[in-house]
Amino acid sequence: MSSLINSIDFPFVLGALIKVIIFWITIMIICAYAVYAERRVLAVIQNRLGPNRVGWQGLLQPFADLIKFIFKEDIIPLAVNRALYVCAPIIALVPAMMVLIVYPFGPDDLPLPGGEFLTQTVGNLVAKLGLGWNIDLRTVDLHVTHFNVGILYVFAMTGLGIYGIVVAGWASNSKYSLLGGLRSSAQMVSYELGLSLSVVAVLLMAGTLDLTEIVKQQSGWGGMRWNIFGGVSAGQGLKSLAMAIPAIIAFFIYLISAIAETNRVPFDLPEAETELVAGFHTEYSALKFALFFIAEYVNMTTVSVLATSLFLGGWNGPFIGTLPWLGPIYFLGKVFFFLFLYIWLRGTLPRLRYDQLMSFGWKFLLPAALFNIALAAIIAVLVY
Amino acid sequence: MEQFAQIQVSHLFFLAFASLAVVAAFNIILQRNPIYSAIGLIVVLCCLAGLFLTLAAQFIAAIQIIVYAGAIMVLFVFVIMLLNVREEESKIDRQKYLKFLAVPLFLALIAEVMAVLKTLGNPPASPNIPGTVESLAEGMFSIYVLPFEATSVLILMAIVGSMLLARRESKEDADDIETALNAANEPTAIEESSEEEVHA
Repeated sequence: MSSLINSIDFPFVLGALIKVIIFWITIMIICAYAVYAERRVLAVIQNRLGPNRVGWQGLLQPFADLIKFIFKEDIIPLAVNRALYVCAPIIALVPAMMVLIVYPFGPDDLPLPGGEFLTQTVGNLVAKLGLGWNIDLRTVDLHVTHFNVGILYVFAMTGLGIYGIVVAGWASNSKYSLLGGLRSSAQMVSYELGLSLSVVAVLLMAGTLDLTEIVKQQSGWGGMRWNIFGGVSAGQGLKSLAMAIPAIIAFFIYLISAIAETNRVPFDLPEAETELVAGFHTEYSALKFALFFIAEYVNMTTVSVLATSLFLGGWNGPFIGTLPWLGPIYFLGKVFFFLFLYIWLRGTLPRLRYDQLMSFGWKFLLPAALFNIALAAIIAVLVY
Repeated sequence: MEQFAQIQVSHLFFLAFASLAVVAAFNIILQRNPIYSAIGLIVVLCCLAGLFLTLAAQFIAAIQIIVYAGAIMVLFVFVIMLLNVREEESKIDRQKYLKFLAVPLFLALIAEVMAVLKTLGNPPASPNIPGTVESLAEGMFSIYVLPFEATSVLILMAIVGSMLLARRESKEDADDIETALNAANEPTAIEESSEEEVHA
């Protein structure tokens, strides 16, 4: 048994657990306030006030909503397939949540305030317990872990999230839900292609699939050597600006596919209210509905995080060298920019028709992404 | 008992994934409802990805989930839902004598597996199996470049072939579609029976 205990890296596991909890709370708060922001911004766009009663300017509204969701009656319709009906929201939420272990929130080796004191206290405690761990809390890395297939891991997990919607649509035993589930599976499989192919242009520039590594490479030019400006590859100078062309094309293909992938306006066919009541979650109520809702917002955050890390330099920005704690602020700021973009689009654009959606995905976005890979490869060979 | 002294946490992961995969695999063949079988298959594929991870083959694990669990199985589930496949009816009457064949065949399979396992011995201690992006790409684009390209052509042929089979081009087919469309536009009684029986 001692070999079993020796084979576990306890300090890493404990550190990862603490980080997961902190990041999880961060993401939950981001999602809660994304919902609030969505309601307020939409209200501004539509010339109304929006929720402004609970707390100052309605800032406590997300918590009021959460309490409401918890205490509402949880209705399971009689004709549903009970087991799958209950599982579906969990299948939707868990893979969405699992992605957050590769979010690069900030730079490596951030000096932790009070880290000297913490290191000593924890070190003393560990020595007293006789565990023999070597713990250094003077600096922290603001990501749970990183591995050499980080992006593929994100795609794999978001891909599994489809089943939550599909199973919900089928298990509900309702026409509207079934149609919503069918639409979403077709839509998400179609747009996943554009999403993953658009990323290839960036991968050609970075030469790695590790998300933290890709972000780190964009730290030149005083923190402004972002991939969308053609960044990466030190010593290439202005010549590497040519890479900006495929990078910008890839960015827009990614953005459109990401909106379709997360079922948001103008691609929200799986829950088109005017045709399908509420689509795949028509029969869901109370906390189960809330889980779908959270999963949608976590997925929105995930594609925003990917867009930030791959194209907009992640936590990089001006003065990052002297003030490293600006990193997470830049990162969250960029993520919020994308979340705002989602809301803005929702307030502005009408919904596409289903055949338009499919032909746009297959006949325009996919060829454009393939063409862009060829372009990026040619320019990469010429520049590097 | 000596082997248990060397146990590591990766072995526990192997046991968990492997046993879950076996249970889910049995679930695939034992379920009568096709959607449960499909879900069983998804679980098996995810467990295989976990097993690849314990062998330090991260790239293959990720691709396993993206391609099989994330794309192919979605299409399976899509078709099952779209065609509204019913629960399989019991066909025991028609295959009365097959079960007498099944038992010896199953025993033969078990014997075969045991025989193979006996020759294998212990697996190598450190799993140094090439499964990262770099090592895989190196193999794929140097030693195995010809088989790789040949497979690509094969898959392309399959795609073109299926397109050709699915496409209606002749004049008769076009006429058929037209008459069908005209018939659909005429007011007829709406059939509602198929939807009601989803879970019947």
